Amino acid sequence: MRRTENYVKIEFLSRSSNEGFARVAASGFAAQLDPTLDELGDIRTSVSEAVTNAIVHAYPDQLGRILLKMRVAEGNILELTVRDWGRGIENVEQARQPLYTTGGAERSGMGFTIMESFMDRVHVKSVPGKGTTVVMRKRIATRAKTGR
Amino acid sequence: MEVSTACRERTLTLTLHGELDHHGAKGLMDKVDREIEAALPLQLVMDMKNVSFMDSSGIAVVMRGRQRMRELGGTLALVHVPTQPKKVFDASGISRIVTIE
Repeated sequence: MRRTENYVKIEFLSRSSNEGFARVAASGFAAQLDPTLDELGDIRTSVSEAVTNAIVHAYPDQLGRILLKMRVAEGNILELTVRDWGRGIENVEQARQPLYTTGGAERSGMGFTIMESFMDRVHVKSVPGKGTTVVMRKRIATRAKTGR
Repeated sequence: MEVSTACRERTLTLTLHGELDHHGAKGLMDKVDREIEAALPLQLVMDMKNVSFMDSSGIAVVMRGRQRMRELGGTLALVHVPTQPKKVFDASGISRIVTIE
């Protein structure tokens, strides 16, 4: 594991209004790596997908807690962990397939596909009845400072 | 999410404002359904110039709109799509089946 240079942990309730909050928090934390607008968009989108999954699927009938851990690791790596203690996923491989959803007509089944496309690595660990942990990593390109 | 509506010569234009995520998607879908039902358009245009963020929830909304328009024998087009939503559409493959201008 790469050396940790900074991290924050935020815990919140699985209310859908917290999706926007999680994106703002991730943008704020990622700012220290000086990401491009494009990279920042990728980060906000991936966090939104992972947190929405927890809200919709981990706690379908009740409110539960969601932990968002954000870490900067050596080498300009941003690591985002979204953890819940909800229902869990029976078949992670199936859940990661494009268009697969148990969320009905309101969901597109593209959440994991987008996370995988926008982040360098996405790792999913889930135990039915115990919860799910999604760890996403992205290297933020270092840019020459303009001196302004 | 705020939506402004304009209808002219059976083209219904819905201009979306703000962030399109799961939190607002249900309300937006209902709104799109209602507007289509009221206008019975031949073309639905979703103007996304004021969308500041969109995740995969937006894909479900667009697919719903597309389905409704197909039932009416009409078409759907997305216009003024900013960079971040465009990237989400591209990653999902929806760009291949929906007109994005």
